[in-house]
Amino acid sequence: MSRIEEACWSCSCTRVRPSESNGTLLVAKVHEMMTIVSSILGSAYCSLVSGHTMNLVRRGLVLFTVGVFLALVLNLLQIQRHVTLFPEEVIATIFSSAWWVPPCCGTAAAVVGLLYPCIDRHLGEPHKFKREWASVMRCVAVFVGINHASAKLDFANNMQLSLTLAALSLGLWWTFDRSRSGFGLGLTIAFVATLVTQLLVYNGVYQYTSPDFLYIRSWLPCIFFSGGVTVGNIGRQLAMGVSEITHKDCLDKMHKD
Amino acid sequence: MTVHSMQLHPSVNSTLKEDQIVHVHFKEEIGIAELIPLVTTYIILFAYIYFSTRKIDMVKSKWGLALAAVATVLSSLLMSVGLCTLFGLTPTLNGGEIFPYLVVVIGLENVLVLTKSVVSTPVDLEVKLRIAQGLSNESWSIMKNMATELVIILIGYFTLVPAIQEFCLFAVVGLVSDFFLQMFFFTTVLSIDIRRMELADLNRRLPAEAVQEIPDHLRLPRSKSVAKQQRYERQPTIRPSAPYTISLQTSSFRNLRLPKRLRVIYFLARTRLAQRIIMVGTVIWIGILVYTDPAGVRTFLTAQVTEQSPLGGSGLAPIAVPPGVFQRGDTESSLPGFPSDVTPPLENQSRGTDEGKNSNSFDALPLVEPENITDNDKQHAHSETSLPENDFKEEITWGAHDQEMWRKLSFRHWPTLFSYYNNTLARKYVSILPIIPVSFHLSLQDALDARHPQDAKRYHSMFSTNYQESKNIDGNGAREHASAKPQVPLDITLYKVGALGLASGVLLVILLFCLYKVFCPKTYGQGGLSHGRRRRGDLPCDDYGYTPPISETLPLILKGHLMDIECLASDGMLLVSCCLSGQIRVWDAQTGDCLTVIPNPGQCRDSSSCYDWQESWEYISDPENGADESFENEHNFQRRMTPSQPILFTDQPDLSGLIDTNFAEQIKEEDTVSRQRTVSEHSQETGYDFGRAYDKVYEDHKMLNVQNLRSYPSPPTLLRCSQTSVNLKSHGWDGGCNHRRRSLGDEPFSVFEKTSPIPMWGGDCESSVWSLGIQGNLIVAGRSSGRLEVWDAADGTLRCSNEESSSGITVLAFITNRIVAARLNGSLDFYCLDTNKTFNQLQYRGTPNRSTIPSSPVFNSEDIIVCQLIHMVPCAHQKPITVLKAAAGRVVTGSQDHTLKIFRLEDSCCLYTLQGHTGGITAVYIDQTMGLASGGQDGAICLWDVLTGSRVSHMHGHRGDVVSLICTSSCVISGGLDDMICIWDRSSGIKLYSIQQDMGCGASLGVISDNLLVTGGQGCVSLWDIGYGDLLQTVYLGKSNELQLVRQLLVLDNAAIVCDFGSELSLVYFPSVLEKLD
Repeated sequence: MSRIEEACWSCSCTRVRPSESNGTLLVAKVHEMMTIVSSILGSAYCSLVSGHTMNLVRRGLVLFTVGVFLALVLNLLQIQRHVTLFPEEVIATIFSSAWWVPPCCGTAAAVVGLLYPCIDRHLGEPHKFKREWASVMRCVAVFVGINHASAKLDFANNMQLSLTLAALSLGLWWTFDRSRSGFGLGLTIAFVATLVTQLLVYNGVYQYTSPDFLYIRSWLPCIFFSGGVTVGNIGRQLAMGVSEITHKDCLDKMHKD
Repeated sequence: MTVHSMQLHPSVNSTLKEDQIVHVHFKEEIGIAELIPLVTTYIILFAYIYFSTRKIDMVKSKWGLALAAVATVLSSLLMSVGLCTLFGLTPTLNGGEIFPYLVVVIGLENVLVLTKSVVSTPVDLEVKLRIAQGLSNESWSIMKNMATELVIILIGYFTLVPAIQEFCLFAVVGLVSDFFLQMFFFTTVLSIDIRRMELADLNRRLPAEAVQEIPDHLRLPRSKSVAKQQRYERQPTIRPSAPYTISLQTSSFRNLRLPKRLRVIYFLARTRLAQRIIMVGTVIWIGILVYTDPAGVRTFLTAQVTEQSPLGGSGLAPIAVPPGVFQRGDTESSLPGFPSDVTPPLENQSRGTDEGKNSNSFDALPLVEPENITDNDKQHAHSETSLPENDFKEEITWGAHDQEMWRKLSFRHWPTLFSYYNNTLARKYVSILPIIPVSFHLSLQDALDARHPQDAKRYHSMFSTNYQESKNIDGNGAREHASAKPQVPLDITLYKVGALGLASGVLLVILLFCLYKVFCPKTYGQGGLSHGRRRRGDLPCDDYGYTPPISETLPLILKGHLMDIECLASDGMLLVSCCLSGQIRVWDAQTGDCLTVIPNPGQCRDSSSCYDWQESWEYISDPENGADESFENEHNFQRRMTPSQPILFTDQPDLSGLIDTNFAEQIKEEDTVSRQRTVSEHSQETGYDFGRAYDKVYEDHKMLNVQNLRSYPSPPTLLRCSQTSVNLKSHGWDGGCNHRRRSLGDEPFSVFEKTSPIPMWGGDCESSVWSLGIQGNLIVAGRSSGRLEVWDAADGTLRCSNEESSSGITVLAFITNRIVAARLNGSLDFYCLDTNKTFNQLQYRGTPNRSTIPSSPVFNSEDIIVCQLIHMVPCAHQKPITVLKAAAGRVVTGSQDHTLKIFRLEDSCCLYTLQGHTGGITAVYIDQTMGLASGGQDGAICLWDVLTGSRVSHMHGHRGDVVSLICTSSCVISGGLDDMICIWDRSSGIKLYSIQQDMGCGASLGVISDNLLVTGGQGCVSLWDIGYGDLLQTVYLGKSNELQLVRQLLVLDNAAIVCDFGSELSLVYFPSVLEKLD
């Protein structure tokens, strides 16, 4: 406990008073979140009547938004780990310096979220476990919680950190997914994403804020794994809404025939 | 000051760095960027709650229930925080941050599952039964969920990360308390909600339907009486047909039956002991709280302290310091954040913080300093006077962990602390000055004197060894160090509370399990105890080892039939029976006298030929001469026709069809061997499982049957005018299944044992009676030819007949002047009996309640009765109608096409088609209260609401067909082909218990006056108490003939039962059990 406090409180010597202009930003963010939630709802329940490609695009858009949003928020969390209070320039750096990170995450989320139901369909084992929006929300909350924990908590050593995170990720998968395809895809995503990140770091495109290389390496795959599972969950739920509605359409057409 | 105190008390073994100033900064307000993740988590939380509570459905107030669900989770979290702080855990995590995660971890799933399960229970049950049923349906999944979450959290606990451990601790306690709240808070809210919905429904429905029935109930305020009102609608008509009360055993005998544990529970429930004790306890507790409120305690303590302080006694000072510090002690004790029994390290820290404050913070320092000086002086004096031996006793070592002591204080306490001095910490920071360790020696006695009395108790052991008191230069430290000082109290409490939470969870499960084991009756749930099958000759005894006495009542044997009894009907006064030979006999149900005999129209054979037949029957294996063969063959055909055709109305027709086919083929090439083969084949066939429907074979059979009928035209002259009338019976005799079962099963007996009876079969192949009805003095017989005959019971004359359809009448119902006949081709005919005179001339002989005379209209013998078809439903069912019952102005038919139909009797209008069975309907029960039960070949029993046509409950308990079904006001009793009699709770659909019957006796069931069950067995009739499942009495019908099975059982109105006993009828009274009401 004492270490956390130290980390949280003693590091704030270099505090810079946040500017008042952030209020408008907050409003904007809240607005963005609201639109995301409403777009999830809308896409799931009313706007999925159009054609197949249209559905695909819509789902992709929703997933992209979710990915961007999560990336921003989690990035914020990670930054928070090192500077408790944000100097003015932190927010600026988030949106300016590594501007390509959130879109990348969004694209990855869209791809993964579309990939999950696709693989389910190809494997022929539709995902039946806890298919409801409440469960998805729970999953997202746990995912954010894992990030939160990894950002805020102070672990004794990297081994403990990685073990805890791995256990948490596995728990997330077991609680919300429980499908082999989901596990395999999550592992693949974790591997590939970690590889890509390492390549970027080696090429100097991207830099870790923390010099501790081992720490990051043990930390990243777990986050990627749980993120993959989460996004896959969302994607499946979206796809299920689509398939339900299209199924209904098919029935209607058959009736008309 | 530092130098001064260093001089005074040179420190020993100090390893502290000298200049280490820690600044604790407090920010003014939380940054907006920092808020974003927090807001995100909260938005996700709200989305989760929204999506969860959206699933709550079919309740009165969705929002109220959602609120209750959220309140359950929130208050469980509050409880967990309260419990954890009670056990000494200081929350260090940011509550606002972990709150969404805690909610998500605890979750709303169980609540939703519970709601769904309760809501999906049958609507017509009582609320408490619905709750109980819903809970029991979901018990396993809820317990499994909880166990899984506990295990996951336990795993999280072993990550050994303090923050995660604390989180898990909160989550565990929160889960357990959430479980409690679900059981005791949410279910209550749910039941209230359901009750509200029922009330709303009732208010809406009452004006529509129940106005004319119970107008006075409408005026009742909708309080408790509304619940009873619903029940009351169904009750009142149950009784009138049961004018006898049961005097079972004495009450002491009955109490003896009640298990002891149940009696304890009943006692507790009656006296409400637990509630009262809890209430009294709560009142006392609140009283104590009011009497000694915290403020009062504090003033009291302060008064005491100030009283004692001039004397220098170290009475109630919060810390063990000499009397000079008392003024300070007062200020300390007035801080509610630091009650006097906080552990010493915390106090030290609080004092440390007082001194470590920045100079701009407040003016406490000058207040403290002079006291400290005096304090130090006094202590110095103490040390001077102490014995020199104390010097080498113990040496204090100061380490880094001592320096970090203040860190064990949650930083959230600091603003609280400063707020007592009207200081805000926003935008300021607290500097914690380095500790300057100073040590001096104190005599043991002084130390003991200086101790706080509570400390003496707490640290008794360590004071026994060494004790030294050291202070830092600022004087207020007063740190006590000893070798046995408890280490790292936070971790220990963490583990302690964690273990406590887990243990309480396990304890809870064990406790609930024990409660279930101890207090739930064994018969609760679906298990049900089944009474073991009785061996022949064994006296039946129940679970308690009580063997009921063999009844002294001797059954009245009604002899006269030559073959096995086929149909049985009664209206209380008269008893009509029809045997396989087609002979109808009318008996007096009181005396057992045979009043009238209506012989089969084809029985006018000379005695010699009859004798020949008999002989040929006896020596059936012997080759017969050719002259007899044709005749005998016809015989054989008839014989086979009569038993088999009554079966036709269920799935059996295929059998008789097969046999008829055999016969038709062999009619020209008779040899006894083939005949014998058919006999044996037939007997084999009867042992066959009836559970399947052979519809195609059935159709074939029908065709063949018609052919046969044509090939053997009935001589109309054989219908003699002298035939006596038969009697009648009230509405509906026993279900067709009884007949089917009985006739099939009895055939082997008739073949192989009954060699003596004179064959009575005649040449009229239409003469087999498939169904009987009796009412007043009229007997209605439905024949296989589709002919409906009305006989006079008194003189045996044929009053009228109707031959409009050639399809056999499988079942019929006779109510007042209406006859409903169900035919083999699925059509339903409504006949009306009418005389040439008006209906007003029909006289009523009274009600059966008041006298023994049946209430049916009596047609005078001189009247010409016309039986006219008033309505015909040509295709009521797709397949043959197997059962038909009429009561309360409704006619219910059940067919092999898996459906039931409800018709209104007056206008023959089909009201509902009930679907829900997955097999053909084999049993139907309807009573005057519109309770409808049906059983099918799938072994399922469905209860229906006749008013709405909806299925009320669905029970599954039989392997094979349900062959008989009776409902009482509280129970449903069903007998199946598996020879099991199951007793179900009518309202909840829970199986109470089951009784294993003798082989082939599953259909023999009867209920006397709502709480006595009569079952037939092998040569005996048993009487059971329905409520307790106890065997009361067994009546053996005949000593010699124990092999005979009682397959058919009819309960008469006067508490007698009639059962068939081979070719005899047994009339059994139970005078020892029943006594007259009047």
